[in-house]
Amino acid sequence: MIGGYLITILITIVIYAILAHSLNIITGQAGQISLGHAAFFGIGAYTAAMLYTEAGFPFWIDVPLAAFVAGLIGALLGIPCLRVRDDFLAITTMGINFVVEAVFLYIPFFGGAMGIGGISLPNWFGREMTKAEYFLLILIVFVVLLLLDRWLGRSWIGLAWASIREDEQAAGAMGVDVVRFKVFAFILGSMIAGLAGGFYAHFLTFIMPQNFGFGQSIVILCMVVFGGIGTRWGPVVGAIILGVLPEVFRPIMEYRTLVYGLLLLAMMRFQPGGLLGSESILTNVLRRLIYRWSGCRVSL
Amino acid sequence: MIVLEVTELSKEFDGLRALDGVSFKAEDGEILGIIGPNGAGKTTLFNLISGIYPPSGGEINFQGKSILGMKPHQISRLGVGRTFQIVRPFQNLDVETNVLVAYGHRCYPSLWNSTRPFRQRPILEEVEILIEKAGLQPYAKQLAKNLPLGFKKRLEIARALALRPRLLLLDEPSAGLRFEESVRLMDLIRQVRDQGIGILLIEHNMQVVMDLCWRIVVLDHGSKIAEGSPDEIRSNPLVIQAYLGKEA
Repeated sequence: MIGGYLITILITIVIYAILAHSLNIITGQAGQISLGHAAFFGIGAYTAAMLYTEAGFPFWIDVPLAAFVAGLIGALLGIPCLRVRDDFLAITTMGINFVVEAVFLYIPFFGGAMGIGGISLPNWFGREMTKAEYFLLILIVFVVLLLLDRWLGRSWIGLAWASIREDEQAAGAMGVDVVRFKVFAFILGSMIAGLAGGFYAHFLTFIMPQNFGFGQSIVILCMVVFGGIGTRWGPVVGAIILGVLPEVFRPIMEYRTLVYGLLLLAMMRFQPGGLLGSESILTNVLRRLIYRWSGCRVSL
Repeated sequence: MIVLEVTELSKEFDGLRALDGVSFKAEDGEILGIIGPNGAGKTTLFNLISGIYPPSGGEINFQGKSILGMKPHQISRLGVGRTFQIVRPFQNLDVETNVLVAYGHRCYPSLWNSTRPFRQRPILEEVEILIEKAGLQPYAKQLAKNLPLGFKKRLEIARALALRPRLLLLDEPSAGLRFEESVRLMDLIRQVRDQGIGILLIEHNMQVVMDLCWRIVVLDHGSKIAEGSPDEIRSNPLVIQAYLGKEA
C-alpha cells in the first residue's frame, strides 16, 4: 500500500487540481478575473461540514448539496459583479472573499475562529473509507470533470466564452449574450469549487475560516497561471507542481514563500502563457515529440 | 423595402449632444453613405443602432419593428451585423473560429442547444463559403492577430455576414488601407449589397463614398445637414461649409 503521508499529498493535489480547474473556467475560459475563488471553496466546505455535523446528512448527500449551495451563492454574487469589468471585478471578487471569511469567523453559528470539527471520511459498505479509496473517488470525479470540460470546450458555450474573453463588445455584436454566458461560467466554476470544498472538509475532518482566505485564492490563481491559463491540462500541472513544492521545501520552511514568489516571477518573465501555454517551450517540445512519434501535427 | 428607419434620434453624454434629432431611412440592397467631419456623431449613430448604448430620445425601427431598448446580442440576432472603426476581430482565435462565433447566434439563445459541438460538417462548409467569399481562404487557420489590416477588415465583414444580416453597418472600412486593398474591399461590399442586404457606410474617403453610394446622409455636430445623391451632396453649400468652413 502507499504510505499515509504520500496519500495525503495526493489527495491534497487532486483537491487543488479540481479547484484550479474550476477557476480556469471563470478566468481562463470566460476571461473573468477572480481573486476570491477560495470563498466558494469555503462555502462548499462549510455547507458540507454543517450538514454533516448538525443535520446528520451523509457524505453522499452533503457534498452535492455543497456544490449546489456554492453555485447558488455564486449566481447571487455573480450577477451584480459581472457587470463590472477587469480591475473592478478583481476588487469586487476580492471583497467577496473577505466578507465570506469574516462571516465564517465572526458568526458563532459557523463555529467562529475554532472552526468546525468532527467531520469524517465517507462511509461505504458499512465502514469508513480508507484514504486510498477516498483518493480514488475524488480522482474519478476529477476525470469526469475534465471530460465535462472537454465537452464544453467543443460546444457553442466554449466558443461563446472564448469570444467574451477576446472582446466583449465584439462578442455582443455577434449575438453572444455576454452577461448570461459570464454568469454561467461563474456559477459552474463556483459549483465545482464548492464540490472541492466538500471533499476537503471530509478529508481534513476539521475546517477553519483561515483555510478559505484571500491567500488561498491567490494560491489557486497561481496554479492556474503557472500551469497555463485557459488550457485544459495547465491548471492540473500547476496544481501538481505548486502542490508538491511546499512538501519539497519543508526543510527550508521560512523561505518557502520566497521560492514560490521567485518561481512566479520567472514564469511571468520567461513563459507568460504558463508552462503549457500555446507558445511555451514545453508545449513546443511536446508538439515536436508527438510529431516525431505519430507523424501528425497536433494543437496542444 | 425599408430595412431601417431612424426617427428624431438623439444621444446626450453628460450634457454633450452627440446626436441631435437625426432621421433617415435605409432600404435593402442599397448602400447609404454616412459622412461628416470628425466628431459629427457617425460612430455614435452606429452604436445606438447596434444597441451598445441606449438613445436619449427618438425611435429606431428595423424591418418595421422597434429595436429600442434591446441589447447588442438581441439586435445582432435579428440580423444587424456591424464592423468596428478600430478593428475588433477575436485576435487569438483563427479566422474560421472567428466566423463560427457569429454563426452560433442561433444556438446561443438556448443553453441546451449551446451544449452541442460547434465543429459540425454542414456548419463548417457554410463558414468556408463565407471565408472564400471574403477572399480569406488561404488564411482560414491563421490567428486573426497575425493578419494584415486589410484582411482583418474582411474578416470582420465575413463574421458579420455569418449573422445572415438584413442590415450591415460598416464603420470606415477603407481607413488605413492601401489603394489596392480598398479597391478589393469595395468589390466585396458591392457583392454584399447585390445579395439584397442594406448597408450603412461611414467613410472618410470621398472617392469610396461617391463610387459606392446612391444616397448620402451628411452629419455635422450631431445633426443631419443634408441628404441626397452624391452629385447633390457635392454641390450642397451647407456640406461644403461643414467641411471647409464659412467664407470670410
